[in-house]
Amino acid sequence: MEELTEKLKKEIIEVLNLEDIKPEDIDVDAPLFGDGLGLDSIDALELIVLLEKNYSIKIEDPKEGRKIFTSVRTMANFILEHQKK
Amino acid sequence: MEAFIRGIGNISPQPTFDNSAFLEDVREYNTARLQSIEPDYKNYIKPIQLRRMSRLLKMGVTAAGMCLHDAEVEQPDAIITGTGLGMMEETEKFLNGILDNGEKLLNPTAFIQSTHNTVGAHIAVMLGCNKYNLTYVHGPVSLENALLDSLMCLSERPSDKVLLGGIEEMTEAHFIITDSMGFWKKGPISNLDLLKNKTPGTIAGEGASFFLLSREESPQNYGQIRGLSTRFNPENQTIAVNHIEDFLAAHKLNIADIDLVILGLNGDPASDAIYEPVTGYFEGKSTMTWYKHLCGEHYLASSFALWLGARILKNQKIPGIIRLNETPKPGKIRNIMIYNHYKNIYHSLILVSSC
Amino acid sequence: MAERVFVTGIGIICAIGKNTGETFASLRATRSGISHLSILDSIHRDTLPVGEIKLTNKELGALAGISDPDMFPRTALLGLIAAGEAVKNAGIDPKDNNFRTGVISASTVGGMDKTEINYRNYHLGAPYNNFVLTHDCGDSTEKIAVRLGFRDMVSTISTACSSSANSIMFGARLIRHGLLDRVLAGGTDAMSKFTLNGFHTLMILDKQPCRPFDKNRMGLNLGEGAAFLVLESEKALDGRIPLCELSGYANANDAYHQTASSPDGFGPYLSMSQALDSGRLKPADIQYINAHGTGTDNNDLTEGIAIERIFGQHIPLVSSTKPFTGHTLGAAAAVEAVISILSIKNQMVFPNLNFHEKMDELHFEPLKEMITGKNLRHVLSNSFGFGGNDSTLIFSAC
Repeated sequence: MEELTEKLKKEIIEVLNLEDIKPEDIDVDAPLFGDGLGLDSIDALELIVLLEKNYSIKIEDPKEGRKIFTSVRTMANFILEHQKK
Repeated sequence: MEAFIRGIGNISPQPTFDNSAFLEDVREYNTARLQSIEPDYKNYIKPIQLRRMSRLLKMGVTAAGMCLHDAEVEQPDAIITGTGLGMMEETEKFLNGILDNGEKLLNPTAFIQSTHNTVGAHIAVMLGCNKYNLTYVHGPVSLENALLDSLMCLSERPSDKVLLGGIEEMTEAHFIITDSMGFWKKGPISNLDLLKNKTPGTIAGEGASFFLLSREESPQNYGQIRGLSTRFNPENQTIAVNHIEDFLAAHKLNIADIDLVILGLNGDPASDAIYEPVTGYFEGKSTMTWYKHLCGEHYLASSFALWLGARILKNQKIPGIIRLNETPKPGKIRNIMIYNHYKNIYHSLILVSSC
Repeated sequence: MAERVFVTGIGIICAIGKNTGETFASLRATRSGISHLSILDSIHRDTLPVGEIKLTNKELGALAGISDPDMFPRTALLGLIAAGEAVKNAGIDPKDNNFRTGVISASTVGGMDKTEINYRNYHLGAPYNNFVLTHDCGDSTEKIAVRLGFRDMVSTISTACSSSANSIMFGARLIRHGLLDRVLAGGTDAMSKFTLNGFHTLMILDKQPCRPFDKNRMGLNLGEGAAFLVLESEKALDGRIPLCELSGYANANDAYHQTASSPDGFGPYLSMSQALDSGRLKPADIQYINAHGTGTDNNDLTEGIAIERIFGQHIPLVSSTKPFTGHTLGAAAAVEAVISILSIKNQMVFPNLNFHEKMDELHFEPLKEMITGKNLRHVLSNSFGFGGNDSTLIFSAC
């Protein structure tokens, strides 16, 4: 799990161009959207592309995305669940 | 329809975003592509917004911010922009994504920022400005159309403050394509010797220039836009002098009233030939200047010319680097005529005067 | 600025008709033009319903009277057809030196349909690199101006989905300022892989025909089309009877987010209420709203909230006609302006197709069936675009 969350943090920083943020700045349980990192709906869409590109998981409904991207940990859990299938 | 220029902000291939200087330091280019000298955007835009902004978006938003700061205006009453090619970098990014990935795994950010109204819209979001917002996209008269709309807004609501902007970018890919089509000079050149180079083609430029327009008198005003005229000439007739004469007559001016002329000469002999009757017309009567060696040729180049006119009027100084003739005009520089054409099809004329 | 602005001609080509007559017949027959792609080549051809015009570029060229349609972007061909019909319909001659005439068009796509095919071949030279020059939005406008003889002013606007509302508005203001007597105003946008994929990445396309204002709506269907109005000052009418009057308009910005509307629909509220003010009209004066109604979660909710805020308990008839035509982007406002004008002229209100269940958040529902005999005097048409560019037009019977 920790390996995956570390990988995810790096990928999020890269895909969303969070230049001034380092992986250690992101808490795995902190909210990504709203108050946390301050990401928005466009970032959510980019994360959906990330999931498909890097993890072959396709999300059809953007509303589903909001729950999955609550935090780095919820993202990691989602990926692990889907990779079992 | 008139307006004062209260504030300016200009990011261009010359060191122009620092308003304290005025072309004392001029950048020489030995390539046919002039690229903007950009500020450190971290000083102007928050990191959370900056991170995903394209270059032209950063330029536009920052030049607009500089202009509002210069004008000491926090909230404009209208945001009106012009761009010819629009957000080229983002358009290329998304298009290349489609072509490389077979329409799969595409990034939404590039698409969202590829729309022509991106800069105008972003400025509105950043300021929380709910007012009139428009983007004109008719190539070489995009600035003139946006300016006309600005003047109309001020005529409809004289207390308004209108933020007018011209933005255009040149990308590496677009430069290569257009270079292969013969748009640009070949071989070793210097932008400062552009007029001496009689080979076909010109030099490519870009920029973001913003102006805060209002009807309010103030010692801070740079100048007053007193007239605007465009002509659409697809039949390629010889119209420039006639255009100028009609304009002067309509404004009850004569040639002696025009102290300085800013011409859109660009070093391409075919294009510059269109200005010959104009230079003949003003020779010996007005100081003639040019500017495209400083900003390059692009659809919004006349926005650089408007910046130049505003600065000349405020500083009452003519930078040596823009002079075409030595005709001295003693006393105050009162009226400046900016004349530009594109392929002899689109002609534009702006009259800007001292306050 | 007391000058009144009248509409004397309309022209349109869209998924439900290649001219005004055919478009009206489809509306009256409640015949939608939404289908699967058969002209544009895309991996989405079997999955995404669209309002595609079932004519090849060659066929469009024949309609436009162009002998070399291969050199014209599809956006230009559509524009030439609709512009030509509007001018003919109005019975004006743009070359008549007694009147100052201009064309103000709008586009978001420009020549992209040709660009995306030829981009990787530009380095091979002509004819591929000819399309470098047809790419930008102003190109189709210039072709229209040259072809039809407009010389006094040529301009193009691009503000995403509200583009042609703004070109119509600018045209009207040019007349009211006394700068022009007659203006051909509208917009044109062709289908392209660029926009289809762009909207697909935003995840706001419905895999079914769109269902504006429906509780279970899933997004929009893209469309293509062109539409133009001929606007004239009262003096320029020269005795002719106009189709209707453009009695109000407004442009406001939501200033909330690049792609989403503010939750309380502030931008839409401003553009509608300011349009009413501009025409000195009250909400009770409006009989029909041709809504922007794209079928997206966000638009229909925020537009609906704004409508309820302005009209209270007395909501006029509301329908979105995008289930007929698809969302024609830069042309949408002009397409829907033509439909609004057909409503007024024929005293008919066209239904909001595919509606089944009312949204929980709103108390009104859109029109399910076509209605006649309602004494339509004033029709309000909304167009809300990315970047928060919100515009509203009001047309009135004369």
